[in-house]
Amino acid sequence: MSFADIMGLGQTALELALFNSLTVLALFLSYSMLNVCDLSTDGCYAFGAAVGTMVALAGHPWLSIPAAMLAGVVSGFVTALLQTRMGINSLLAGIIVNTGLYSINIAVMGGAALQNMFKTQTVFTILKDALKDTALAPYYSLMIGLAAVALVIVFLCLFLRTRLGMAIRATGNNPDMVRSSSINPAFTTTVGLMISNSFTALSGCLLAQSQKSVTADIGSGMVTVALASLLIGNAFFARRSIPVRAVGAVLGTFIFRLVYTIALRFHLPAFMLKLVSSVIVILAIFVPYMKSQMPTIRRRMGYANQPREVK
Amino acid sequence: MLKMDHLTKVFNPGTVDAKLALDDLTLDVRDGDFISIIGANGAGKSTLFNAIGGSFLVDTGRIFLGGEDITLKAEHKRARDIGRLFQDPMRGTAPEMSIEENLALAAGSGGWLSVTRRSDRKAFRDRLALLDMGLEDRITQPVGLLSGGQRQALTLLMATYHIPKVLLLDEHTAALDPGTAEKVLNLTHSLVEDNHITCLMVTHNMQTALDLGNRTIMMDHGRIIYDVEGEERKALTIHDLTERFRVASGHQMNNDRMLLGVAG
Repeated sequence: MSFADIMGLGQTALELALFNSLTVLALFLSYSMLNVCDLSTDGCYAFGAAVGTMVALAGHPWLSIPAAMLAGVVSGFVTALLQTRMGINSLLAGIIVNTGLYSINIAVMGGAALQNMFKTQTVFTILKDALKDTALAPYYSLMIGLAAVALVIVFLCLFLRTRLGMAIRATGNNPDMVRSSSINPAFTTTVGLMISNSFTALSGCLLAQSQKSVTADIGSGMVTVALASLLIGNAFFARRSIPVRAVGAVLGTFIFRLVYTIALRFHLPAFMLKLVSSVIVILAIFVPYMKSQMPTIRRRMGYANQPREVK
Repeated sequence: MLKMDHLTKVFNPGTVDAKLALDDLTLDVRDGDFISIIGANGAGKSTLFNAIGGSFLVDTGRIFLGGEDITLKAEHKRARDIGRLFQDPMRGTAPEMSIEENLALAAGSGGWLSVTRRSDRKAFRDRLALLDMGLEDRITQPVGLLSGGQRQALTLLMATYHIPKVLLLDEHTAALDPGTAEKVLNLTHSLVEDNHITCLMVTHNMQTALDLGNRTIMMDHGRIIYDVEGEERKALTIHDLTERFRVASGHQMNNDRMLLGVAG
């Protein structure tokens, strides 16, 4: 394998990580800030991909981006509606929306489970043509990923400092306190999920356009993969300021991709990606729990070696 | 000011656990009243506060605040006019957010997209300095690092940042150590006094109930069984109070936390 091959492999991994880190940033808002585990993520990711693809196929490459994000906003609104106004458990609300979106996504794709954009103009082909014969030509995909991630991070940092942003953080922290500040937690949850899902949809839209195709199950397992990345970032940057934690979430995605790419080199089959992400999520949550249980476990183990009779 | 008109609330209706928590309760709180509320466990003191605060809807009866019928008003909308403190010091603040951010939410000035300005920050510092706990120098620290007493003092500041029409204190010093409890109680006293806040305070400390405020009511089985103020109240001792309770309720006071001794 030549140096150029390795660089190429690294660049592809980096591009994938950038597109997916938008979903990680979405979970940073919904999971870390709002304390909602949004299980509609998979479906919303595919929803953004499907809507973005169809709008691009219809000949509107620029419109495909806001259209996909709007689709995410609608999906987030429905998920929030189910859990704040219709008495449905938050996890269940996500699963219900996720399931429903599967049908909707195929409907959006005109009844097909696959759509290709081989000859379609997208933001990627536009930038590729614009950079033709310049030194930046190979990096058009990377540049779009970087720009999207940078914009989302800047938006999050500014937004979370506003009164609405603080109210969203407080909702995940102590809903009682939000209510006593005359703010309706149902409202902050709704706004938070609408914003986070717009990022998830954007994430799916960019990935579909970069790989020039979309399938109905493009988002399958995304929530676990993104959660794994988020928790990896969290392991290094917990208890830091919001901008640092947001950047940390993106770095977590890079680390996750890096580990995965290396594992592939050591002949880990590609279909193992999802199992790896599951194990990472389990470990990231189990290890801190284990640590907190250690005193009890040690005590029990000490007891096992003691004589049972009362002296 | 605050008027409760024949309030009734039954928990778990139609089951063996059905409990009449508020029994045709009527109370007229005048502007500037500082009422201390005492009563046995399960007398309905906290239930009364939850009814006023909007944690649940009363089964029958109406609640008026400043002439407005708030019976059906949502909890977070009532919060604009009603400040509340609970026994648990953790309930009133967001632990992972800084002191400044907590205060900014309580202050609630500006629109949804407004940010905390330098002038706001200065105002927060000035208010925090009144607590005399050194919190004004820790404004960027997460509230989770504060002690229970500090958190309760901060909650008090937040609840009274905009002077509420009525302040509800539900044993807000009961979880604090005696020294801190006294400090928070003094702070409560001066805040309520200086701003002429209408205030209802549940306490298990009979001496505090007599020392603070201008009026004392006793609750039992969801009813108000004794309501005293003025000269008659000034002459009362703890012994009188327990005696009145026995006569009015027909049984002994059985609050397991009730303190009969001197202020603590």
